[in-house]
Amino acid sequence: MTVITYREALRQAIREALLRDERTFVMGEDVGHYGGSYAVTLGLLEEFGPERIRDTPLSESGFVGAGIGAALGGMRPIVEVMTVNFSLLALDQIMNNAASLLYMSGGQLNVPLVIRMATGAGRQVGAQHSHSLEGWLAHIPGLRLLAPATIEDARLMLWPALEDPDPVLIFEHAMLYNTEGELDDQPTAVDIESATVRRAGDDVTLVAYGGTLRTALDAATQLTQQGISAEVVDLRCLRPLDTPTILASVARTHRAVVVDEAWRSGSLSAEVAARVTESAFYDLDAPVARVCSNEVPMPYAKHLEDEVMPQAADVVNAVREMGA
Amino acid sequence: MPSLGADMESGTITHWLVHPGDVVHRGDIVAVVQTDKSDIEVEIFDSGTIEDIVVPEGQRVPVGTVLAHVASTKATPPPSPAGPGGPPTLETPAVAVPAIEVPAVEVPTTAPTPAPLAPQGAEHVSAPVGLVESPLVRHRAEQLGVDLSSLTGSGPGGALTRADVERAGAARAPKSAAPPSAPHRAPSSPFARRRAGELGVDLSLLTGSGPGGAIVERDVRDASRRPAPGEATPTGSVAPDQRRAMQRAIGALMARSKREIPHYYLSTTIDLTTATSWVERANLDRAITDRIVMAALLLRATARAVQRVPEMNGYYTDGAFSPRTAVHLGVGISQRGGGLIAPAIHDADSISLDELMRRLKDLVQRARTGVLRSSEMSDPTLTVTNLGDLGVDTVFGVIYPPQVAIVGFGRVREQPWVHDHVVDARPCVVATLSADHRVSDGMRGARFLTEIDHLLQRPEDL
Amino acid sequence: MSDRPAEAPVGPEPDAARHEHRVHLLNEMLRIRRFEERCVELYSREEIRGFLHLGIGEEACAVGVMEALTPEDAVVATYREHGHALARGLSMRETMAELQGKMEGCSRGRGGSMHLFDATRRFFGGNAIVAGGLPLAVGLALADHLQGRQRVTACFFGDGAVAEGEFHEAMNLAALWHLPVLFCCENNLYAMGTALRYTESETDLSLKASSYRIPSWEVDGMDVDAVEETARDAARAVREGGGPHFVEMRTYRFRSHSMYDPDRYRDKAEIAQWREKDPLTTLTARLSAEGLGDADVARLEAQVAAEVDDAVAFAEAGTDEPVEELERFVTSERTSERTAP
Repeated sequence: MTVITYREALRQAIREALLRDERTFVMGEDVGHYGGSYAVTLGLLEEFGPERIRDTPLSESGFVGAGIGAALGGMRPIVEVMTVNFSLLALDQIMNNAASLLYMSGGQLNVPLVIRMATGAGRQVGAQHSHSLEGWLAHIPGLRLLAPATIEDARLMLWPALEDPDPVLIFEHAMLYNTEGELDDQPTAVDIESATVRRAGDDVTLVAYGGTLRTALDAATQLTQQGISAEVVDLRCLRPLDTPTILASVARTHRAVVVDEAWRSGSLSAEVAARVTESAFYDLDAPVARVCSNEVPMPYAKHLEDEVMPQAADVVNAVREMGA
Repeated sequence: MPSLGADMESGTITHWLVHPGDVVHRGDIVAVVQTDKSDIEVEIFDSGTIEDIVVPEGQRVPVGTVLAHVASTKATPPPSPAGPGGPPTLETPAVAVPAIEVPAVEVPTTAPTPAPLAPQGAEHVSAPVGLVESPLVRHRAEQLGVDLSSLTGSGPGGALTRADVERAGAARAPKSAAPPSAPHRAPSSPFARRRAGELGVDLSLLTGSGPGGAIVERDVRDASRRPAPGEATPTGSVAPDQRRAMQRAIGALMARSKREIPHYYLSTTIDLTTATSWVERANLDRAITDRIVMAALLLRATARAVQRVPEMNGYYTDGAFSPRTAVHLGVGISQRGGGLIAPAIHDADSISLDELMRRLKDLVQRARTGVLRSSEMSDPTLTVTNLGDLGVDTVFGVIYPPQVAIVGFGRVREQPWVHDHVVDARPCVVATLSADHRVSDGMRGARFLTEIDHLLQRPEDL
Repeated sequence: MSDRPAEAPVGPEPDAARHEHRVHLLNEMLRIRRFEERCVELYSREEIRGFLHLGIGEEACAVGVMEALTPEDAVVATYREHGHALARGLSMRETMAELQGKMEGCSRGRGGSMHLFDATRRFFGGNAIVAGGLPLAVGLALADHLQGRQRVTACFFGDGAVAEGEFHEAMNLAALWHLPVLFCCENNLYAMGTALRYTESETDLSLKASSYRIPSWEVDGMDVDAVEETARDAARAVREGGGPHFVEMRTYRFRSHSMYDPDRYRDKAEIAQWREKDPLTTLTARLSAEGLGDADVARLEAQVAAEVDDAVAFAEAGTDEPVEELERFVTSERTSERTAP
């Protein structure tokens, strides 16, 4: 076991991919000389050179589209978009090309592309750098969306993502980059399909992903002290959702709280709640509850940002209110 | 004028429930039609606006006559009650019909009923059969004063849908002058409803411990662990749609009974001279309201006879008979306007005769006004049908599965009776037994009937 | 790998061969013209639905540029791409079947008029987002660059695209990374129904390319000979490592933007004026001067008509994709070989 940061885990994964598959290259804003805006790609330019670690202009649509074209041309691009907020500038390419080409072409043109991007709030960077918009992208058929919430997933999800014949979007919560955790020295593979139970419990299911996994686990610990046994499900894959794992948990606990840093309206949390209601209605002993961000553009001031984001105490309150 | 039966030739509009200008949806009840047999509600198959009424109330017209004109609105889809698999049809295997079509509260199908088959093609979650309704359905039922237990579910898996409730609400609205008031029901979780159905717990007896006073599964679990005395739950016995549903359910159940149970039949005439004079004496010093009737004595004798012949009391399920020690005697009661139910008098063998009498009166009254406890409907272990009031001498009943016997009594009347070589006029009753040959036989059945006779000769011991 | 593909024939040809080649150009343009004319008829009969953008009048652009490409090169086109598809070698049958939504169509009936694809011919569509194909072309060229292949990616777009950010992003990236893209601008003067002068502060489009240090060429898009010659020169430069090149073809569509629009934004006189420059008429006149007789033209017409008839019959006899397959190809059916890292 070695203790490494989430950032280092990501870097190891990228480095491994570059070493293993010469079709792989990294492309994005500040990934080379700067070392990555979150320092994930630090040192890779020196090791792999500018052809494979490509700094791009600030043109998200251009370089994401170029990534799609390169994938069509036989490469395995790893495109970094600085944050999901900026991915909106590339939404046309993601939606109308990456996600649609295979279907539009009747199965001829698959797009083996990986796009990494940071998401989430917590660093007081205001309304244009803090939002969790993965739910929007999770709306789109043809994409696979991953949210590594642990060191292990950060280290191991990239390779299967690159092996996926279709576009995969990886969301890295900005607050996770500095987190540390143990990693097996001989890391094995992880899948990129399934949700997983991070903590078993009997009384309520907390559904979380990415940045809110920690929140949910903290809440579960606090609930233990109140005699409530919470199960925590980490979605891991935001599209396609692993509904059976969620339903199996709810069938055991009969209660569900979805913890999502995104806004509530039209969100992934809404999707999870809907699926539980659709498919586990007669297992529910209480209405599905959600703990989401307040529906405001993210404010700068620390106390306001904290208020907006889901906190463990909010989760505990939600569980208490549902009478678990 | 719709054909409401194969042999119907004409019908009389007794009530219009809609007026020109009213907006109707497919499935709404728009009129009540009197046929040769009964009053039947007429539903509409189109959505739209009533333009004009052609046939006025009170007029009798042949089948096929235009009753009213409807301007259809194709754009607005009807509130379809059909789920992905469509409504359960009468072609559903008969074994499933009672449970699917009618909530268990109406027919004493009792505990171990074979699991009903889900309708084909219901891919989504189908409602567990029994006492499960969606929160919306319960909410609308409360708003409209509709008794859910009287309805037949048309949703996936036989679940009650909003359309079912609203149809029933529309049907009853014009009849009740005052706005309907239903007893307040606490909200309950779907899981609690499901478990209540599985455990046979009456939710109306529970107090919720969940948020907002909602009944949650924990409350059901707790309730299932303690005997529930408790208050009555309405069953709304008089609604015609309930009657139809009940008739269908009873029909299906009886068909199943006749198909599956090898009945055998015995009959004996019992001299009630001693019993009659005992009743007369016993009533001498009783207030009118406390008087004992012969019917109570017959019930009591039947319940007590089980002690000697226990094969008559219990359930036949999964190829085996399981006797019951407690005797919960089902009492066949005909309802006003048709329909027959057989709620139970619990522990009819051990409670006092006065108590039995009191419960019998109570039961008959409540059965006719439609307020019964679900346990009364689901618990009978043996049923007695007494058609003496209707003037018949003999009745051979059809066994209610999974029960294994039914005892019938005709009217008590004086008839020539030979006693000690002397012909005498004595009050007599014909007692019959229909019993399940898989469980008992003629010898045991005869033993049972003669035991009832013997007991009735010593009424003071009853 | 440096498997330099054989170039298409270039340079001065013997007169007879040159004549034959131009008959071939005429034939290609004729195929596109007659195909699209039949599409109008089929659309009116509701055999073809949705949007139908016809390139009647613009045939010389597609035909001329395709002559400069090899089978290994890539083509990215727009939503007005029937001509590009046919000139690239997609059969009339599979193209017509696609327009009729049949499973035998080049996109299995999933794409329709705006989304024609053929991976085997490296024909990457069929893009209905204006300028959406440009970054894609840059990426295809990047893949060739990274893999050391001397291929050209030809990217078609209209004058409307130059107003999009993706045009400028793609120009910049291609120039910055010196990628082998042949940008082919079909300037038909109207972005849908709005004339260039109402939407661009600078209507000289080649200047925009020049500002990215991309060599740019202007050519009469109604003259297939001119288009071919310019495209060959530009493509050769791109293939030989000259980085991206930009060719602006001045052309005109004779019909409305999509099948039916009121066409209120253009003068009848303007249309008539451009019709005099009909690329088919122009080329036919030249070929007549070289000795092509009316009988030869009639023979070409008959061949093309037969091919169109055959394509329509093929499409009409085509099969509807079973609805059970509706959700096929949302994601790949190819199972990725999973290997532990």
